[in-house]
Amino acid sequence: METHLFTAILFATIVAATPLVIVALGELVTEKAGVLNLGAEGMMAVGAIAAFATAHHSGSPWLGMLAGIGAGVALSLLFGVLTLTFMANQVASGLALAIFGVGLSGFIGKPYESVALPTVPALPIPLLADLPLIGPALFQQQPLVYLSWALFALVSWFLYRSRAGLVLRALGESPSSAHAIGYPVIAIRYLATAFGGAMAGLGGAFLSVCYTPMWVEGMVAGRGWIALALVVFATWRPLRVMVGAYLFGGVMISQMFVQGSGLHIEVPTQLLSALPYLATVAVLVVISRNPKLIRLNSPISLGQPYRPDA
Amino acid sequence: MQHGKKTLLAILAAGLVSALPATAAEPAKIGFVYVSPIGDAGWTYQHNLGRLQMEKALAGKVATKYVENVPEGADAERVVRDLARDGYKVVFATSFGYMNPTLKVAKQFPGTVFEHATGYKQDKNVGVYNARFYEGRYLNGVIAGKMTKSHIAGYVAAFPIPEVLQGINAFAQGMRSVDPKAELRVIWTNSWYDPGKEREAAMTLISQGADMVTHHTDSTAVVQAAQERGVYAFGYHSDMSKYGPKAQLTATTHLWGDFYTRVVGEVLAGTWKPTNVWGGFKDGMIALAPLNPAVPKDVRDLVGKLEGELKAGTRHPFAGPVVDQDGKTRVAAGQSISDADLARMDYYVQGVASKLPKK
Repeated sequence: METHLFTAILFATIVAATPLVIVALGELVTEKAGVLNLGAEGMMAVGAIAAFATAHHSGSPWLGMLAGIGAGVALSLLFGVLTLTFMANQVASGLALAIFGVGLSGFIGKPYESVALPTVPALPIPLLADLPLIGPALFQQQPLVYLSWALFALVSWFLYRSRAGLVLRALGESPSSAHAIGYPVIAIRYLATAFGGAMAGLGGAFLSVCYTPMWVEGMVAGRGWIALALVVFATWRPLRVMVGAYLFGGVMISQMFVQGSGLHIEVPTQLLSALPYLATVAVLVVISRNPKLIRLNSPISLGQPYRPDA
Repeated sequence: MQHGKKTLLAILAAGLVSALPATAAEPAKIGFVYVSPIGDAGWTYQHNLGRLQMEKALAGKVATKYVENVPEGADAERVVRDLARDGYKVVFATSFGYMNPTLKVAKQFPGTVFEHATGYKQDKNVGVYNARFYEGRYLNGVIAGKMTKSHIAGYVAAFPIPEVLQGINAFAQGMRSVDPKAELRVIWTNSWYDPGKEREAAMTLISQGADMVTHHTDSTAVVQAAQERGVYAFGYHSDMSKYGPKAQLTATTHLWGDFYTRVVGEVLAGTWKPTNVWGGFKDGMIALAPLNPAVPKDVRDLVGKLEGELKAGTRHPFAGPVVDQDGKTRVAAGQSISDADLARMDYYVQGVASKLPKK
């Protein structure tokens, strides 16, 4: 157990932030297309149980994660049918999806509460893993952690460097203009919603298969809501989402290290527990305080239904 | 539509009322209200084991029913009232937050017996019960003190309330009684139930040198984390060896079956009186899970001997002198702590390395 304190904190921070990064980046893409899906918590919960059950029966954590993605997509498509095809209110549908998903996961998960899964082994990256201090923290992680970094690169590139990303953002700004140019607004919004669902499902799968390899009802414990909040406070910028998630994880882990160290602190632990939320919000508000940029980054049609033939 | 709904309600209500006068030959209906899903380990799981044991012991005389996942507050009042109205003879409300709703309903149903777990308010038809979990914690601490190599133990705790502090302090007292160098470090999660956070807290403690961890939270995450990192753990509520076969040395488990059987038996016999039961090893309300084979013979013998002393009442985890962190004597030598002082414990004893934030 002789790890350097810094390494230990960094390692735990990355693990704690990974589900937030994955889910928030997925939600970011959905919202950039103008669709506000508040159901992340529910999609994570269903993704978590689908992944857990599949991993348990098949013996493969990877199949489990695919199942988690599939479950997230299925739930997000349900949301899509309601809001994109039938024009239901997105906020209400999203909230309903969150509640439904949490309930459904508990129902499906009943028989799995007593099951334990083997831990997914870490995948050290040769050479890099041997770097002093940061090596063990950054490069001896589980594969999904590396995937979350790749996802960040992919989403950043897609949104700001690719033509498809430009179209997606255009939809979020002005669906009628995009429609007039000839883009299939509803179809693209479905895709964006499904991507958000897939990432929420994968985030849930990370929790139940990699993070705490077990299933218990309510294990998502609000992380879906935190991911949603990160997207808003990061003003829809991938890098800030990343910063926010790591900051949140970092402050949460650091306050635990402070508590566990036995240092004399005259701060109520309730305040320490609230610290990650406060710090994340404060920092994100400060780095994104330019009102012009906020208006530029937030998708103008967010949450508004669009009917192409109207 | 609105009218139809009302008629339907009236019919339902009439049905409930007509169901009230149950004949003597029918088994007595006994209701349980659970705060969480039963699951496979934890607080509610243990209460459900107790229900099943009581049902078996009084087979033919009782019919039990439970309502799980009932939030504390308004929902609890509705569920408790529904049970009382449905003619349930005894209602066990198994969570602290059910206290006021239960008392309120009890006033309206004087013919029904209510038993409330972990509360402190009684009434003519309301009894309260709880277990001295700290006795088990003390023995956990003794085992930890005997087996630790780093002299550091870690404790993942939910909220700084007396019941949790009793556990922490008893663990520290037990550990220090055999290892004067030992220190206990505490991390508060401020949540009864968040497996991810509990796991992080355990991992933090382990990477800070703890080679013994335990928890006062509701999931099995701490035991699992210990298993993963190759250190030892003590389960709580339930035997969690399934989640950490190598890690769990033992667990402090709750046993409610005997108590439930006794209460229902008394109600059936007409001898029940409202009581305030706070039982420990002696009353069979807590027990240690089977010790891990890794626990050496001399430690087993010591634990067996101490458990016997706790049962006999010749040993108390908080027998004086109990000195708190600031060096203040809380219980003088030769004395034992009173139940009232236990119930309002708000300090750490010596040996707890973390500081309790001042109020």
